[in-house]
Amino acid sequence: MSDFAQTLITAIAIGSLYALIALGYTMVYGILKFINFAHSDIVVLGAWGSYSLSVRVLPALGYGLKEVPPVWVALMILLLAMIFCGAIGFTIERLAYRPLRRAPRLNVLITAIGVSLLLQNVGQLSFVFGASPQDMPPLLSDRALATFSFGEGESARQLVIGMVDVVIFTTATSLMLIMQYLVFRTKLGVAMRAVSFNTDTAALMGIPVDRVVSFTFVLGSMLAAAAGFLIVMKYPSISQPAHTIWVLLGLKAFVAAVIGGIGNVRGAVLGGFVIAFVEQFGAFYVSSNYRDVYVFTLLILILLVKPSGLLGSTLREKV
Amino acid sequence: MMRGTSSVGSDAAAVAKSEAAEVAVKGNGWTGLIPIAIGILIALVLHFSLPAPQRSYNTQILQIIGIVIVLAVSLNIVNGMTGQFSIGHAGFMAVGGYTAASITYYGSMLLWGSTVKHGGFLGSGDWLFLGSCLAGGLVAAIAGYVVGLPSLRLRGDYLAIVTLGFGEIIRVVLQQTGPLIEDIEALQSVGLKQLVPPPLGGSLGFSGIPKYTNLFWVYSILAITLVVAYRLKSSSAGRSMISVREDEIAAQAMGVNIARQKVTAFVVAAFFAGVAGGLFAHSTGTVSPKDAGFQQSFDYVIMTVLGGRGSISGVTLAAVFLTVLPELLRDFEQYRLIVYALLLIIMMLVRPQGLLGIHEVWEMFNRRRRKAETSGSDVSPAEVGS
Repeated sequence: MSDFAQTLITAIAIGSLYALIALGYTMVYGILKFINFAHSDIVVLGAWGSYSLSVRVLPALGYGLKEVPPVWVALMILLLAMIFCGAIGFTIERLAYRPLRRAPRLNVLITAIGVSLLLQNVGQLSFVFGASPQDMPPLLSDRALATFSFGEGESARQLVIGMVDVVIFTTATSLMLIMQYLVFRTKLGVAMRAVSFNTDTAALMGIPVDRVVSFTFVLGSMLAAAAGFLIVMKYPSISQPAHTIWVLLGLKAFVAAVIGGIGNVRGAVLGGFVIAFVEQFGAFYVSSNYRDVYVFTLLILILLVKPSGLLGSTLREKV
Repeated sequence: MMRGTSSVGSDAAAVAKSEAAEVAVKGNGWTGLIPIAIGILIALVLHFSLPAPQRSYNTQILQIIGIVIVLAVSLNIVNGMTGQFSIGHAGFMAVGGYTAASITYYGSMLLWGSTVKHGGFLGSGDWLFLGSCLAGGLVAAIAGYVVGLPSLRLRGDYLAIVTLGFGEIIRVVLQQTGPLIEDIEALQSVGLKQLVPPPLGGSLGFSGIPKYTNLFWVYSILAITLVVAYRLKSSSAGRSMISVREDEIAAQAMGVNIARQKVTAFVVAAFFAGVAGGLFAHSTGTVSPKDAGFQQSFDYVIMTVLGGRGSISGVTLAAVFLTVLPELLRDFEQYRLIVYALLLIIMMLVRPQGLLGIHEVWEMFNRRRRKAETSGSDVSPAEVGS
């Protein structure tokens, strides 16, 4: 029982991370109809950016790299990382994707792969982030917020609700709520939805399509940065920028977006949690060696049964 | 669809031209094999005139170039001709490589008691190797069929993700296999039962594969691949594939069985990738799970994109160029992929149809002449499809 609950807690924390990243994929796909392969590299930028900021900011403020600074420092680093990644996202869209607005989708897809390779390998350069893993200084104390004990004697287990898991869940949830508000309650959100519905018509209605697309990229990149920051909070040893682990993370988040129905904001969140549950429970109850296999198998199965995803709507293509 | 109308003219011209090409190559039965015979002859000359790969670095590079061309040209059947987007090609290659490697490794253990090379040129070891490569190709083709099936329901990017997922699944599964059996007595004492499931070396990779690959085998298989790809392109099956790339709905309306064309493309491409995997495994002597990863697949995707989607000669040139380039940039290893990435982005911005577009090298000259004559619109059909 406690094992189940512990896995559940991890799954919820990981799921909210996937959901954050999946939102970026789904928004870009909804509007521009292509997989932004470079999105996972924005997460990497968020993670490594938070690291680089922390190792510079903490000593400057007079805190050691081993002690836990006050909460506002962590918040500030999160905000800075989000702004930084937002700017990078804006630049990428402006330079690489906007010139291809009228090009076939495959070309944009290939460009996205190019941008992804570029970000990865520039990040690997010794004067950027370097090609070796680093340890994130602790910004939050990982103390247990609540501890429950189960069983007695040999079978005694403890259920620990950690600070970091709670922070991840609350941060991610509040960001998603802000997103929800932005997309469904503001004028900008209406514009975004209109552009994703039909770009040409939206342009005719006086919506500045380019600006809306830029904004979408900035928003998605900021969410990705937050996800990157939260990941290094949970797993402080950061793999090097071109490590497969990052690409896999991005892929799984994309899978989450597809499973939820790509282009659908709520679907991405649902998909993120579904993926995390399958992965964590599969790893715990079956075998942790095959955790990536479960996710991709689930994807193939869902696509075969319902090609538009769980919450997606099918659009018949007209000639 | 605005450009669809303007492309009709050049489309018809292309069809007429490939019809002419088909008439040209259509002889009675055996004449079609002449290019393959010439290719094998060239392979023989290469094999006997150049030093063995074990002794010469340049021969090794030449060998790798041949294998990479086979991979890129076969991927081009799916990505270029049929217009699907597969980014799991390295997965098929790994499937073929591991199959072939396990056949020669355990096969020669059981037959000859050791894993060292057996027999000379075209000796018994060579035939075991050839058989293992074909078996690798067949297993990969079966995998290609399985991966091709979702393409019936999925299109574009979704399919890309499925192929990518396939490559990853292969990688993870290969990592979980047991350690290699290195001792012939251990193999014989416990019996063949321990070969099920096959011990393939796990995450350390499959090493100690006898190095049977030589220039003769590589370039003979390359010749066959090129001829098959070219004949396929100008056959009715190939033109059905191209029609799927241009417009699925229109192709369907014209009676093309698009599902069948897509699956065929996957199976053919996977077969050659599997054979190339066998060549690769017996060239370096090792294969590892990371050979199935998407970073490898991207390399081949880049080649098909640079060469021009559907252009066999263009893809061949791109494969040669992108294999030689890193060798020249060896001192700037960490900048190599940055150059690749920039190349890809700039290519898409400046010349999105690739170096040669859908044309072959020799067609480029004809096209220039025709252009001078008609000075008509010259939008390649590959640009349609948004």
